Amino acid sequence: MAFTNEQLERYSRHIILNEIGVKGQKKLLEGSVLIIGAGGLGSPAALYLAAAGVGHIGIADADVVDLSNLQRQVIHTTADLDKPKVESARETMEAINPDVKVTTYHDFIASDNIMDIIKDYDFILDGTDNFPAKFLINDACVMAKKPFCHAGILRFGGQLMTYVPEEGVPCYRCVFKNPPPKDAVPTCKQAGVIGAMAGIIGCLQAMEAIKYLTGAGELLTGTLLTYDGLTNEFRRVKLPRDVHCAVCGEEPTITELIDYEQAECNGITSDDYK
Amino acid sequence: MADFQIKDTVDITDVVCPVTFVKAKVALEELEEGEILSIHMADGEPVQNVPRSIKEEGHQILKLLDNSDGTYDLIVRKVGE
Repeated sequence: MAFTNEQLERYSRHIILNEIGVKGQKKLLEGSVLIIGAGGLGSPAALYLAAAGVGHIGIADADVVDLSNLQRQVIHTTADLDKPKVESARETMEAINPDVKVTTYHDFIASDNIMDIIKDYDFILDGTDNFPAKFLINDACVMAKKPFCHAGILRFGGQLMTYVPEEGVPCYRCVFKNPPPKDAVPTCKQAGVIGAMAGIIGCLQAMEAIKYLTGAGELLTGTLLTYDGLTNEFRRVKLPRDVHCAVCGEEPTITELIDYEQAECNGITSDDYK
Repeated sequence: MADFQIKDTVDITDVVCPVTFVKAKVALEELEEGEILSIHMADGEPVQNVPRSIKEEGHQILKLLDNSDGTYDLIVRKVGE
């Protein structure tokens, strides 16, 4: 694949980088990333990955754009209200960069469809807002041997960690075991989040995808990175693999995907705190 | 120019910074180690910056030839990979 002059100009700030260069940019253009959730985390990740020239981006979300989303879900605009989020996200990505092929999944990700969707992608981003989805994505990626980047945000805090199917790398379940009890999870009304937090953590996820595709630098494997927006503190917490992990351990007890029940939310949709 | 076995040439007189350097870098990436590239560039900003950037990438500048028409040919030997 030879670059056109237009591509040389578009990607010039990547190509100049020693860690990326021509080879790295080609890897991005030939690479694919699935973003699960077109919300707070998925929006910045999708914008930057499209701009970076990731050749195939999949985006999955069952919701439509709601007014309360626009405070942080920056891929959507006021004109997109009531439109499926995946459509709005696709239009924005295609407008940013015609090099990108976008595949949309206007559906809830569940045990009966996730394996079929993730199989087509090199790297997966978890941009979901609930524990059932996070454990489902983890278990599916472990079973399908797919690398993925977990992330979560709440109030002024955020965290992320990357999993790759390699010796000694912990999965999300090695660290967090099981979804918390439903009554321990804040309801939507209690759970605010600063929009910029979604931007910071979603961009860090995009960075993980770019590093994975190009081979540049180090991934956040075996490392949970947390950020506190109030104190400006980033922490890197080293985490070991759990050989007794129920899904990736030596004798796994979870061999089929689980659809955990989600906490009730007083009629407010769960993505109000995505 | 007969002093060098030039493998390839690239013309960057039709583009501006940073695409000047990018085009030169792309041409160098396509060569094997030790092969020689001639880069045709305009006077001014390109001739001030492109040789320096290429040197910073670790390549060897062999010669800068003044064509006496407002353009230069930079002769570079590829180093690495």
